[in-house]
Formats: sequence, structure tokens, C-alpha cells
Amino acid sequence: MLAQQLVNALSLGCVYALFALGFTLIFGVLGVINLSHGAVFMVGAYAAEQAVSHLGLPLWGALIVAFAFSGVLGLVIDLLVLRPLRARNAPHLIPMIATIGVGIILTNAIQGIFGAQNIRFPEQLVSNRTISVEGIDVTALELGIILLSFMLMALLLLALKKTQLGRALRAIAESPRAAYLLGINVEGLFYLTSFVAAGLGGIAGVLIGLYSNALFPLMGKSMLEKGIAVIILGGMGDMRGALIGGLFLGLAEVLSVAYVGSSMRDAVAFGLLFLILLIRPRGLFGTLMERKV
Amino acid sequence: MTVAWFGTFWDVYSNLVLSVGTNALLALSIWLTLACGMLSIANAAFMAIGAYASALLTLNFGWPFPVALAAGMAAPALMAFLIGRPTLRLSGVYLAMATLAFGEVVRIVLLNTDRVTGGALGLNGIPQLTRWWHVALALAVTLAVLWRMRRSRIGRAFEAIKEDETAAGLMGIDVAGYKMLAFVLGAAIAGLAGALNAHLTFFIGPGEYGFDRAVEILTMAILGGIGSLTGPVVGAVILTLLPELLRALQNFRLVFNGLILVLIVLFLPRGIWDTERLRRWAGIVRRQA
Repeated sequence: MLAQQLVNALSLGCVYALFALGFTLIFGVLGVINLSHGAVFMVGAYAAEQAVSHLGLPLWGALIVAFAFSGVLGLVIDLLVLRPLRARNAPHLIPMIATIGVGIILTNAIQGIFGAQNIRFPEQLVSNRTISVEGIDVTALELGIILLSFMLMALLLLALKKTQLGRALRAIAESPRAAYLLGINVEGLFYLTSFVAAGLGGIAGVLIGLYSNALFPLMGKSMLEKGIAVIILGGMGDMRGALIGGLFLGLAEVLSVAYVGSSMRDAVAFGLLFLILLIRPRGLFGTLMERKV
Repeated sequence: MTVAWFGTFWDVYSNLVLSVGTNALLALSIWLTLACGMLSIANAAFMAIGAYASALLTLNFGWPFPVALAAGMAAPALMAFLIGRPTLRLSGVYLAMATLAFGEVVRIVLLNTDRVTGGALGLNGIPQLTRWWHVALALAVTLAVLWRMRRSRIGRAFEAIKEDETAAGLMGIDVAGYKMLAFVLGAAIAGLAGALNAHLTFFIGPGEYGFDRAVEILTMAILGGIGSLTGPVVGAVILTLLPELLRALQNFRLVFNGLILVLIVLFLPRGIWDTERLRRWAGIVRRQA
């Protein structure tokens, strides 16, 4: 029973982590809480669903479409909204408010086009086979989610750690101005970050759409709230934190549904979050950005 | 003739007009914390606490309306005081996130304490006790108090804290105390708006006080501009009437809401009611004349 719950928690937590990874990447590099990330995640899922039902793409094709569509959307948001605010050197709350507006636009545009009702991916998109190991059932979907998420996260972490590009990004996270003086193409890397982060969000959108078997315009909202919880839990701007925070939230939710009751699922997540903020506002791994006179 | 016309207008639109008033109170409540340099988005939660506290009193115990209103202000103020001490140590985005999380906790608690709050079904049949002059009076008194406060020692302290917290502290300003004052007073105003609103709409439910409402309150203040007291009121008027004016766009009207928010942030960084710009325009007009 417990082992089964842990498997469920792992697959759910992986999607949370994947979503939060993009979210925290944008905060770490651009210094912006991008509250349109939930909407971008939702748009990616819709793009993939359209590609599957109109073009008959297989699952991997749908994932690529979601990554590309969301990625380009993220890039456009950066170009049209975040870049002008950067150029103006607006205080960090201003871009946050602007991205709230972007989120409202995207959510309501999708709702206007596709309606507020749930839509679904075609059933045959994912094999419904189940693997049983010592009495624990793992569906092909869960296994796929876990493998894909870990692969993408490993790829991203490795790229940040080992490549020249990753080193440049970490330099920007430290100080954009110093990075610029060192000859790093800061603006270009901002665009790249927006693209990759949004793309990961799109993939997470497809995975959640498959996992809960429903796409709806407001799906990004609850995900965004969870993303906020995850990055605060893990420490804002910290990649490992997003990973561990995501898994932890998945675990907390699944276990609270199993042992406390389904209505308290969100209460557990947010109660936990509120407590963390009061006791350790920097999160598990983060460093608090504070001015010391 | 005109009276008859006004009567019809009032029958149809009185709720909308009074919503403008309560929304203006909400915008002023977040203005207060913003004026002290804090981005607290807990005002929707304080509004909820005020609404539920007052509605439960009039609904279940038949308390007189003024007392219920006072309770609707006191309950959120007390709550703000309790969570203020640990929460207000945070600043910037951390404070925003903490208050957001607090808002969600309040919403979920309201949702899950069915026996008292009616859970997801909310509270039904709240007596409609709010009259137009209640809202007008509440708004006038709030504006007068805030206006007086801005020009006092407290207002100057807020401004100093907003500009530079560390420097303000070094000048001997009790930063924590003034922040707490802004937070508690803001909560009381939000609670008042919630209490008035609850006795206007007959029904309240936890869904009304979630993230969306919190964002809407913030948007009203930012849209109008937080440089003056007029700004939040202007923002509240616009944002309340906008959906009515955009009714023709049907499903896509909220798209324009979002678009307007983005455009304002991009092109009018100080909001619509930017006193400096208005003065500049007035100056141009005068010179031409």
C-alpha cells in the first residue's frame, strides 16, 4: 500500500518538479517571478492536443510540439513584455504584475477559442499497459513520466554544470551586470532561458494532461500555485531545490489524500508552504537575497 | 421624469455602483501596504475574514449591522496582527509569496469548515442591509483618514520605509512598528469592504476570495497608480466598470482586461492617475490658452 502510494507520488512529483524547474530557472536568471508560467504550461498542452487530433502525431511528436510552441510563446512574452521592463530597470514586482496580465490574456484566449469544458488526449496515445513488480502496479504512463522527467532534469542540470553556456547562465544569475562586463551575451541568454523554461512548462502540461486525463483553460492556475509552493520549499532560483521540492510536494499530496482525506490536499501543501516561509523563508537550499546595509 | 429614469437606472445598476465603492475600499487597503513598501497580497483573505465574520453575526445571531461591521473590521485586523510579526520580517517577493500562501490557507479553511461556513456552498440568505450611504460614508471616512495620515508623521515614516528600509531604520524610524500598523489597518479596511459587500450580495462563498480576487485588488491599485489616494479609486472604478463596457466582446472580454493590465505596466508605469503627468498636461493646456 505505502509502496504503491510512493510510486504515484513519484510520478506526480516529477511533473511538479519539471514545471517548477522552468519557473525557478526564470527567477534565477531573469530575477522575475513569471506568473504567466502556468498559462504557458496550459497552452503547451492544448497545442499538443491539437497536433495529435488534427495531424495525428504520436506522443513524442506531441511532446516536441508542446516544447516548441510553449518555448516560442515564452520567447515572445520575453521580447514583448519582459525586455522593455528590463530596459527600463523596473523594480522586480513590476514584471511580476505584467506577467499576471499575460496569464489572464492566455487563459481567457484559450477559453474563448476552445471553451471552458475539459478536453482529452485520444485514448490510444499512450499504451494502457501496466507493469507489476512485487505487487506494485506501475502504468506505462507513470513510468514514462518518471523517466522523461528525470532525463530532462538531468540534461538541464548537466548543461548548467558542465557547459560554457551553463557557466555563463550561472554568472548571470550571480550578477547580470558583471556577466555583461565579462563579455557574456546577457540578452541572448535571457531569451534562451525564457525559451527553455517555457518549453519545459509545455512538456509538463502534456504530462499532466495525460496523467489527469483532462485539459482545461484553468489547469495552469492550480499548477502555478503548486509551482510557487515548490520553489519556495526548495529555495527560489535553486535547481536542486525545484527537483526535491517537487518530489516532496507530490509525496505530501499523495500521502495526505491517502491518510487524511482528499479535501485537505491543498491545505497540506499551502499550510506547509506558509510554515516554511515563517520558519525558513529562504527554503531548503536557497539563499535569501537581502541587503546588508 | 428624471426621477423615474434614475429609479430604473438604480434598480438595474445599484449593485454595480456599490461594487465600485467596495472595490475602491479594497484598492485603498492594498495601497496602504504598498505605500509602506510592502507587496502583501493577503487582502482578499482579510476581505473574506471580514465578510464571513460579519455575515455569521447578522445571519446566525441577528446582531445589529453596525456591530457586525465593526466585528468585520476587528477580526481581520486581529488576524493581521497575529500573522504580522513573523510574516513582515520577509520582504519583496518573499512577502508576496507568504501572503499569497496565507490567502490560500484561509480559502481552504473556509472551504473545509462546512459546519460553520457552509463549505463550498458558502453562506446563503445574508440580510441585505448595506445601503448606498453606508458605502459612501465608509469610503469617505477611509479617504479622510488616509489623507490625514499621509500628511502626518506616520505618512512620512511610510514614505521613508518605502524608499529605503535600511536608511529609515538608521534614522530611528520604528520600521517594524509602522509596517505592522500599515498591515493591520489595511486588513481592517479590506475587512470593512468584505463586510459591506457580503450584506450587498445575499451570498458569499470561498471561491470569491481566492488568488483571482487578490490579483484583482492589486491590479486596481497599480492600474490607477499608487502615487496618490485618487489613483486606487480611479483604478477601482475602471476595473469594475470595464467588464460591463466590454460586454459586447463576450468570451474574450477578460482577454482585454489582461491586455489593458500589460499595456498599463508597459506604458504608464505610474498608473493612470500619475499626478506628475497630469500636472504636465495641465501646464501644456494652460500655456496654449
